[in-house]
Amino acid sequence: MPSIGLAEQQDVYLSSFALVEHELGGSGTPWLHELRQEAIERFAELGFPSTHLEEWKQTNVAPLAKIPFRLAEDGHAGVAPEALERVTFRDSFCSRLAFVNGHFSPELSHLSGLPQGVKVASLRTAFAQDEKALEEHLARYAPFDRQAFVALNTAFMQDGAFVEVPRGTVFQTPIHLLYLSTAGDQPTVSHPRNLILVGPHSQVSLIESYFGLDSSVYLTNAVTEIAVADNSQLDHYKLQQESEQAFHISTLQVRLASTSRFRSHSISLGGALVRNNIRPVLDAEGAECTLNGLYQVANRQHVDNHTTLDHAKPHGTSRELYKGILSGQATAVFNGRIIVRKDAQKTDAIQRNKNLLLSENAVIDTKPQLEIYANDVRCTHGATIGQLDQEAMFYLRSRGIGEQAARHLLIAAFATEIVDGIKIEAVRDWLKATMTARLFENCSAAL
Amino acid sequence: MLEIKNLHARTGDNEILKGVDLRVGTGEVHAIMGPNGSGKSTLAQVLAGRDIYQVTAGKVSYEGKDLLALAPEDRAREGVFLAFQYPVEIPGVNNMYFLRSAVNATRQHRGLPEFDALDFLAFVKEKMKSLGIDDDLVNRAVNVGFSGGEKKRNEVFQMAVLEPKLAILDETDSGLDIDALKLVATGVNALRSPDRAIIVVTHYQRLLNFIVPDFVHVLSNGRIVKSGGKELAIELEQKGYVWLEEAVESAQPVTF
Repeated sequence: MPSIGLAEQQDVYLSSFALVEHELGGSGTPWLHELRQEAIERFAELGFPSTHLEEWKQTNVAPLAKIPFRLAEDGHAGVAPEALERVTFRDSFCSRLAFVNGHFSPELSHLSGLPQGVKVASLRTAFAQDEKALEEHLARYAPFDRQAFVALNTAFMQDGAFVEVPRGTVFQTPIHLLYLSTAGDQPTVSHPRNLILVGPHSQVSLIESYFGLDSSVYLTNAVTEIAVADNSQLDHYKLQQESEQAFHISTLQVRLASTSRFRSHSISLGGALVRNNIRPVLDAEGAECTLNGLYQVANRQHVDNHTTLDHAKPHGTSRELYKGILSGQATAVFNGRIIVRKDAQKTDAIQRNKNLLLSENAVIDTKPQLEIYANDVRCTHGATIGQLDQEAMFYLRSRGIGEQAARHLLIAAFATEIVDGIKIEAVRDWLKATMTARLFENCSAAL
Repeated sequence: MLEIKNLHARTGDNEILKGVDLRVGTGEVHAIMGPNGSGKSTLAQVLAGRDIYQVTAGKVSYEGKDLLALAPEDRAREGVFLAFQYPVEIPGVNNMYFLRSAVNATRQHRGLPEFDALDFLAFVKEKMKSLGIDDDLVNRAVNVGFSGGEKKRNEVFQMAVLEPKLAILDETDSGLDIDALKLVATGVNALRSPDRAIIVVTHYQRLLNFIVPDFVHVLSNGRIVKSGGKELAIELEQKGYVWLEEAVESAQPVTF
């Protein structure tokens, strides 16, 4: 049961739904109307999750639920291309779909190097042009019966990306889904929704990025559904650097078919309160899944990574490594659940979470959760929490490297495993530079 | 160059240095010997600025400056180098990148232009060759997965590249086979010059066959109890430290 304060705010969403549904796109499409209706009803029943729920014990969304967010209006007219260069990596080699406050911006988007048959479109366009594919796939992978934020997104989804890669398509050019937010004086909310379908024997890279253009208060509630077909490979990057006043809730739901490979790289830098739900289902034999994550939080930021690796079928392999760098009074949560179903014999799963605490007041809550119902599996996990190695600090300083430079060198070294796993050089360079800049900011803030 | 007066240092409640006096002049090579636990490594680390030791009394003057007032990195930039007894492994930091950062920090301190990656490679190539350091070793993470001998050679390589004015070698001979020992000694001897000084801290006389010292001091129970020429090292090798400790005890109090 949601608490009283949350219930009132929940009503705001319920009453606004009837008023805005016709603006959300795809109106007049019966199945979509039904889907939205079902989702909003489910949200009414669920309410915002309270900390009484096991899944939300360490992340209190009451502050978010109390803010009267308006549905964000299109703000792309006010965004100059130069503003993008300040926040994002150099992505001119990518195909880019850009969104401002959740609305597609054709001016800031460009498609290039896409092989024949690859579809990259805004969801709103797809509602009109690809109705059949959407009806078949949308909301089929991300269930909302127990996920309040997914239900809310499904009811209010307005735009996002629809990507369809046909059978046997291999291409190097990444697809970049760029979400920019700028709220102005009034807090706003957007519900980006992405549907990515990768056909058999294909190979693709996809980057989802979420950037704040200023320090405004807003909520991003994103849902991405991905289906990777037989023998295909998807490299997925999620870069998150929202405003430090922003709330960011994201759900990544992935279905892996037989001998398919999915690699996720999730980078969390920004936001006041961030929750990432990552749920790959290894739904056929021989699937391989890699989950890499890096979170760097400072001040009073809170970031919560909840991953659920669902090994449903035999011979699946998963490798998970999440690394956290915490300073100031930041708090972080890592909850790594691995389910090995009765069928999933010969599963091979390794999970690691490593944390570097740079201040006395930073707090990390790390928890592995293994649920194993099969009897012939290899499943290991481990978590570490540490501080900067003082012997290494002295060693570096004894060679003439200044104290601050030595700290930065060791922090960067800690992140290396994740940074080097990023196959796209421009993203790697962006991450290194952004991490360093943030370290300098936090150093001067601490003085 | 270096003048240590009545140096006392402790870690926690444990006083380790109990009044060390030592003068090292430019161009000289000094050996500090002594039994385990006598305070040799503590002395070396205090000189480099390790903050787990508190200096409770005494002074250290280096080229006229108050050495103890300087941060470890400033000591290094002023030309003090410590070759560690136990070099630290630093995963994720490339050995070459680390060394270039170190050299550039010192060059910046001295108002010299910094090296870029290519210039630096040219600068170190010859030194790598003479110390038997191959490309693989410099391109790995600092000391990670290095054998004991490789770690010690890496220390001497760093010293050769940083060209310190005062080099302190802390048990650089421990764990080395004879070939590695010769290589290390060659590296150290190459650095000998009239405007540099070297302090060799060692338990055994063996290294001093290759790096011949001008002076030998014996540190025992936190103080230098005997000083002499290179022949003192040979005497110690023959008679052991027990002989000396007994002699010192019967002759108390000792003054220098």
